[in-house]
Amino acid sequence: MGFLDYFRSEKKRSASLAKERLQVIVARERGHRGGPDYLPALQQEILNVVRRYVEVEDDAVRIQVERDGEYEVLELNVILSEE
Amino acid sequence: MARIVVVTSGKGGVGKTTTSAAFAAGLAQAGHRTAVIDFDVGLRNLDLIMGCERRVVYDFVNVINGEANLNQALVRDKRIKGLEILPASQTRDKEALSVEGVEAVLSELSRTHDYIVCDSPAGIERGAHLAMYFADDALVLTNPEVSSVRDSDRVLGLLASKTRRAENGDDPVREHLVVTRYAPSRVGKGEMLSVDDVMDILSVDLLGVIPESTAVLNASNAGVPVILEDKTDAGQAYADLVARYLGEEREHRFLDENKGLFGRLFKG
Repeated sequence: MGFLDYFRSEKKRSASLAKERLQVIVARERGHRGGPDYLPALQQEILNVVRRYVEVEDDAVRIQVERDGEYEVLELNVILSEE
Repeated sequence: MARIVVVTSGKGGVGKTTTSAAFAAGLAQAGHRTAVIDFDVGLRNLDLIMGCERRVVYDFVNVINGEANLNQALVRDKRIKGLEILPASQTRDKEALSVEGVEAVLSELSRTHDYIVCDSPAGIERGAHLAMYFADDALVLTNPEVSSVRDSDRVLGLLASKTRRAENGDDPVREHLVVTRYAPSRVGKGEMLSVDDVMDILSVDLLGVIPESTAVLNASNAGVPVILEDKTDAGQAYADLVARYLGEEREHRFLDENKGLFGRLFKG
C-alpha cells in the first residue's frame, strides 16, 4: 500500500457502499426465488398485522419457501424489537 | 451435436451483442464451426456489429415460419471461415418466436455446427427466455455497477429454473461470469466494484474481464468483431476469454491500472 492511499481513503466509500447494498438486496431476492408470486404481498400483509400490536422495523418479517421432498414449507420469521 | 451458449445479462447496454460477436468469432478462429443467432426480435443489431448488415436477406422468423430455409437465411462471415450469422427479424410482433420454432432451428443448426451462440435481448421477456431456454452454457455479463449486478443475479435465478435443463432435471446450465467495461483505475480509487466484489455477490466462476476500452466503439463503428483487433486491450481480453472457455489456462490481464512512473513510485 502506497502512502497515496492515505489520501484516497475518503473515496473508498462508494464501491463498498455498493457492495453492501447489493449483498442485502440480492440475499432478499434469492429468498423469494422460485417461490410463489404472492410472497411479497403476503409478507407485507403479515407485517401490517404484526404492526397492529407491536412496533417493528420494515424488515422485521422474513418469509421463505423451502422445498422438502413432496412438501413445501413456508418459513416465517418475525423479529421483534429489543424492548 | 453443437454446444449452445447463451450470452445474457438482464440489463441492456452491458455488451451482450459485442460479446456475442467477439465470442463467436473467436470460436470460429479456433476452428470450430459456429453460428451466432440474434434473438432480439424487432431490434436487430448483431448484423451491424458483425459488419454484414447489407447482406441480410432472410431472418430467424422467416426460417421459423418456413418462408426461407436455414441456408438462405444464414449470412456467412467473409473474414472467418466457419462463422455464420442468423439475423433477428425486424417484425414488431414479439410473439413471432415460438418454443417449437426455436427448437427446430437449433436442432437443425446443431447437426452442422460445433457451437451455437445465442445473443439474448435485454430484459426477461420472451426473446430473452427463449435465448436461454435451450442453453448448455451461459455467459452472464455484468458491469461493475449496482443495477447490472442485481439484474445478472436475477438472470442466474432464471438459468437455474426456467431452462430446459432445469425443467428436465439434467445437469444445470454451466454459468460463466464476464465482467465488462472494467476500469481498474476507478476500482483502485474505490469508485467501482472490483471483480472480487462482483464474484462475492454473484458466486459464479469468472471467465473474463473486458476493460473499458475505446477499441470497442471503434470496432463497432467499423463492423468488426473487436476480437479481430488483436492489438487492442479489449480484443486481447476477448481472445483470452475464448481460450479459457475452450479449456486453456490463462491469467487475467487488464485487472490493474496501467501505472505511470508516478503510480509506480507511490504504490508499493
